[in-house]
Amino acid sequence: MNVIYILWLREMKRYVRSRVQLMVSLGQPTIYLLVLGFGLGPVFQRAGNGNYLQFMAPGVIGMTILFASIFSGIGLLWDRQFGFLKEMLVAPVPRLQIMVGRTLGGAMVAVIQGLLVTLVCVVAGFRPVNWAIAALALVFMILIAVVFAALGVAIGSSLQDMQGFQLIMTFLVMPLFFLSGALFPLKGLPKVLSLVTAIDPLSYGIDGMRSVLLGVAHFSTVTDLVVLAAVGSALLVVGAYCFSRIEI
Amino acid sequence: MIRVRNLVKTFGSFAAVDNVSFEVAQGEIFAFLGPNGAGKTTTIKMLTTMLKPASGDIELDGLDVHRQQTEVRKRFGIVFQDPSLDGDLTARENMEFHGILYHVPQKLRRQRTEELLKLFELWERRDDQVKKFSGGMKRRLEIARGFLHTPKILFLDEPTLGLDPQSRNQLWTHVKQVNETEGVTVFLTTHYMDEADRVADRLGVIDHGKMVAQGTPKEIKENAGVESLEDAFLKLTGSAIRNENAGSADALRQFARMWDRGKR
Repeated sequence: MNVIYILWLREMKRYVRSRVQLMVSLGQPTIYLLVLGFGLGPVFQRAGNGNYLQFMAPGVIGMTILFASIFSGIGLLWDRQFGFLKEMLVAPVPRLQIMVGRTLGGAMVAVIQGLLVTLVCVVAGFRPVNWAIAALALVFMILIAVVFAALGVAIGSSLQDMQGFQLIMTFLVMPLFFLSGALFPLKGLPKVLSLVTAIDPLSYGIDGMRSVLLGVAHFSTVTDLVVLAAVGSALLVVGAYCFSRIEI
Repeated sequence: MIRVRNLVKTFGSFAAVDNVSFEVAQGEIFAFLGPNGAGKTTTIKMLTTMLKPASGDIELDGLDVHRQQTEVRKRFGIVFQDPSLDGDLTARENMEFHGILYHVPQKLRRQRTEELLKLFELWERRDDQVKKFSGGMKRRLEIARGFLHTPKILFLDEPTLGLDPQSRNQLWTHVKQVNETEGVTVFLTTHYMDEADRVADRLGVIDHGKMVAQGTPKEIKENAGVESLEDAFLKLTGSAIRNENAGSADALRQFARMWDRGKR
């Protein structure tokens, strides 16, 4: 338990200390929210889809958590480069504990960022339909964070160098974000696109948040929960497996 | 304390370590010498559970290194060739982290952290982030950390690489001190023959994966019929320059070092 705690604590300390990371992690979603939210708002409204800022806020929160959690996992690559990974891997503790501690720490940091961005959204004018139900969004935030922190650990364990990181960024993280329905409604999409969006786990996370924050869902709240929980459990297993195979 | 018999490690058809046997007694300082690519680091990796041997036996403190991995890991400390500190954490936090990973009880952890940081002259800087430390300070911190969980054996893989003579000298003084007061067995590798001559009780020389000489510094010099350990080393291993086979891991390390320097 102590081992999981100390790894979790390390992630938290690193986050709090890195002011640049903190600023970037809040700045990027804010820019998306303000520029796209107000820029595309009129078009969205004219198309009869209602208020774009309302629609987009859960998407931006989901994006924040996606980036933060997946990067915390991929951060293993940094630990590898700066040697700290070796310190962890020769210690007399099961690797599973190390993996779990790291994943939870990363997920927690991501959820905190998600909450901060939620605050930014509210300041920008976002209003959930029902504040009591809106609290359930936290459940989805946690699920999204766990899903992608575990995926990040799986990737971070398998990558050998920084070049791989660029590949992952371009061909995995960005598509996960763009194809999630964070920025556009999932209904009425071309067949191929709607198929692809349906296999993106983030779609369910953002849809789940919309369902509790706005009262509208493309899938359904229950489907969203079940899919996220299943994908999350599967990725935790995959992540633990990849982590157990790291060689130094 | 360490017993190695007929150790072999092959990578494809290349034998990195080829039938190596040696023993290190408790409390001894044993220096493992060899040119680049001779098999030193590969051997250390196998001794410290990081790499599986192709064949042969390794015993540490009477335990089989691969069958009793977790038990073995509690018994040794290791200072790697490359830094393995978390630069975002402070010196004390790095120690604390290590202590928890090694299940050192809180009270003892605090007490030993203080003792060791004082001994290695880092106590005043205990609450500074490690990324602000000089190369010598980082090395000292890593060695202090290696001693934290009172290991029976400490492995030091080229601990003085890139340090100035002052820091090297100071570092060995500290290591000797802990070796004497706590009876820790020390297994080290180095390219500095004067260090090995001064610090080590016994030496092993490895070349092309094979052990080519073993004994006290005096014995090795006498057997080679030369005055200095440097000459004995060159006589044993030849004076041709070795090309280390640099893989992607090495490239990464170089990058990390550059990065590290840039930040300082």
